[in-house]
Amino acid sequence: MKDLQLKSQRFRAEREADWRRLEGLLAKVEHRSASSLTDEELLAIPVLYRSALSSLSVARATSLDHSLVDYLEGLATRAYFFVYGARAGLRQRITRFFSATWPAAVRGLWRETLAAAAIFVVAAALGFWLVWQDSGWYASLVGEMAGGRDPAATTAALRQTIYEPPPQSIDLTVFASYLFTHNAQIALTAFALGFAFCAPTAFLLAQNGLSLGAMMALFVTRDLGVGFAGWILIHGVTEIFAILLGGAAGFRIGWRVAFPGDRSRLDAAAEAGRAVAPVVAGVVLMLVFAGLLEGFGRQLIRDDWARYAIAGATLVIWLGYFYLPRRQASA
Amino acid sequence: MSAVDTGPDAKSQRELITPEGVDLRLRIGSAGERAAAFIVDMSILAASLIALTIAIGLSGVAAELRGIVAVIWLLGAFALRNFYFILFELGPRAATPGKRLLGLRVVARDGGRLTSEAVFARNAMREIEVFLPLTFLLGSTIAGIDPVGGWVALLGLAWTGGFLLFPLFNRDRLRVGDFVAGTWVVKSPRERLSIDLLDAAEAARERFAFTPDQAGAYGIKELHVLEDVLRRRDPKTMAAVAERIRGKIGWRAATGETDGDFLAAYYAALRARLESQLLFGRRRKDKFDKG
Repeated sequence: MKDLQLKSQRFRAEREADWRRLEGLLAKVEHRSASSLTDEELLAIPVLYRSALSSLSVARATSLDHSLVDYLEGLATRAYFFVYGARAGLRQRITRFFSATWPAAVRGLWRETLAAAAIFVVAAALGFWLVWQDSGWYASLVGEMAGGRDPAATTAALRQTIYEPPPQSIDLTVFASYLFTHNAQIALTAFALGFAFCAPTAFLLAQNGLSLGAMMALFVTRDLGVGFAGWILIHGVTEIFAILLGGAAGFRIGWRVAFPGDRSRLDAAAEAGRAVAPVVAGVVLMLVFAGLLEGFGRQLIRDDWARYAIAGATLVIWLGYFYLPRRQASA
Repeated sequence: MSAVDTGPDAKSQRELITPEGVDLRLRIGSAGERAAAFIVDMSILAASLIALTIAIGLSGVAAELRGIVAVIWLLGAFALRNFYFILFELGPRAATPGKRLLGLRVVARDGGRLTSEAVFARNAMREIEVFLPLTFLLGSTIAGIDPVGGWVALLGLAWTGGFLLFPLFNRDRLRVGDFVAGTWVVKSPRERLSIDLLDAAEAARERFAFTPDQAGAYGIKELHVLEDVLRRRDPKTMAAVAERIRGKIGWRAATGETDGDFLAAYYAALRARLESQLLFGRRRKDKFDKG
C-alpha cells in the first residue's frame, strides 16, 4: 500500500470499491431492466446509494478534486432515480389503469365534462335551428364533411347514404383505421388546445356540434330523422363521448393555467396535467372502439333497431364503467 | 446558493434535495441541446416513416392485400407520431434516442417519480407545439391560390409558433408539455471516475519543494482550472500555464524539469494546502480571496 498524503486521497481509496459496484449495478439496470438483477443485488442498491450520498457530502466538504465530486454527483443522481423512480411493471401499470386510474380520472372531470357537453348540445341545437330556418346555412356549417349529403341531394340519395351497403371498392378495415387515426388526432388536439385558456377547445367542440345539428336538420326535413340518428349514434355515442372528454381535459388545463387559485401557476398546471392525462389516454382507446363501430358496425348493420340497441348498450357501458360508485381500491 | 456555485454551470444548476437531505444539483438541459435532441428524434421518425412506406411500396403487394397494407401504414404512422416519445420516456433511462445521444433525461420537477401520466401529458402537448404549427406551415404553402386561406394559415402559424418557442421564454427551458406535466429535462450525468491526479504526481513530488507562500498563491477556482489543464494534457496550454505559474510564484526551472511534472507537482501542493485549509473551515474561493 502506498503512502497516501491527503485525507481526500485516503477517503477515495477507502470508498472507491463501493462506488464502482454501484456503478456496475446501475449500468446493468439501465441497459437491461431491474429484473436482470438478483435479489441480493437489488437489496444492495439502496444501501450503496446512501453510502454514495454520504460520500458526496464528504467529498463536497473536504475534497477539491473536481472530477471526483462530479462523478459522485452523477452516480448519486443515477442511483436516486433508480431508488425513487417508478419500477412498476408494464402489466401492473395496465391493470391499474383500467381498474382504477382511468375511471377515477374521468369522474374527477365531471364538471368540465358537463360544460363540454353543454357547449356541444347548445351548438347542435343552434345548428339544427339555423338550417331548419334556412337551408342556406348548411354549406357554411357542415363544410366539406358533407360528402354529397347536402340540401341539393334528393331524398332518395340521402336515404341511400345511410342505408345502402357500402360499395365493394371501399375496404372497411382501411376506412375504420382512417377514421380512428383522424378522430384520435382531433381529440388530442382538443386536449392540447385547452392550454390556450380553453377558447380553442370550446371552438372545436362548438364547430362539431353545429355541423351535427345542421345535418340532423337536413335529414329531419326529409323524414329521415330516425334513420339518421341511428346512423350517427351507433358509433357516435362512443366517439362524441370521447371528444367531450378530450375537450373536458383541455378545459381543466386551460382553467387551472388561467386561474391557478392559491397554488403557483406552474404547480397548478402540472397538477391538472397529471390529473387529466389518463383521461386523454383513455380517449384514444375509446376512439379505437368508435372507429371499429363506424367502419364495420355501421356499414354492416343496417337495421334502425339494431343500431339503436348498440348505441344504447355502449352508452350504458361507458356511463356504468366511469360513474358507478365502486369500492375504494386499496393502494 | 453557496460559494462553490461559480462558473458557467451556476446558471443552469437546480436544486434537487433527496429525502436524505443531500442536494444533487441537477443541470438543466440548454435550449440548444433540447432542439438538437428533438431534431435527432424527428429525423429518426421521418426515416422510419419513409422506410415503412418504401418497404410497403417495394413489397409489390397483391391487390387483395392492399387494404391490410394501408391499415398497417395508417396505424404505424399514428403509433410513431404518438407513442415513439412516450414509450422511450417510460423506459428506465427516461429519454428518447435523441435525448440519450445529447445526454438528457426527463425528470419530475418535484423530484418524485416520473409517472406515466406525466410522460403522457408532456407528449400529448406536442400536438400544439409541433404538429399544429407544421399543419399551418404546410397549409400556408398549399393555400397559395386562396389568399384568405393563406393569411389565416399565417396567423395560425404566428399563434402556434408561440407555443413552439415557449422554452426560450422561461429560465428552466420548460416547453408547454413540461409545464403541464410537471417535468423538466436535465443533463443526465454519465461521468466516468477518472484517475486522481495526485497519484500521477506521486513520482514528481519529491523533486519539488514549494514554500508555503508558493503553494498558497492561488485559490480553488485556479485549482480547478489547473485540474482541467492537466487532464487535457495539451502541450501548448501546459507550457503557457506553467510559465504563468512559475512567474507568479518566482520559481526557477531546474534543468530537465518538464512542464508536466512541474504542473502535476504544483497541483498536488496547492491542493494539499487548500484542502488542509478546508478542514479548518476555510474555503478560499480564488487568488483574490485573501480571507
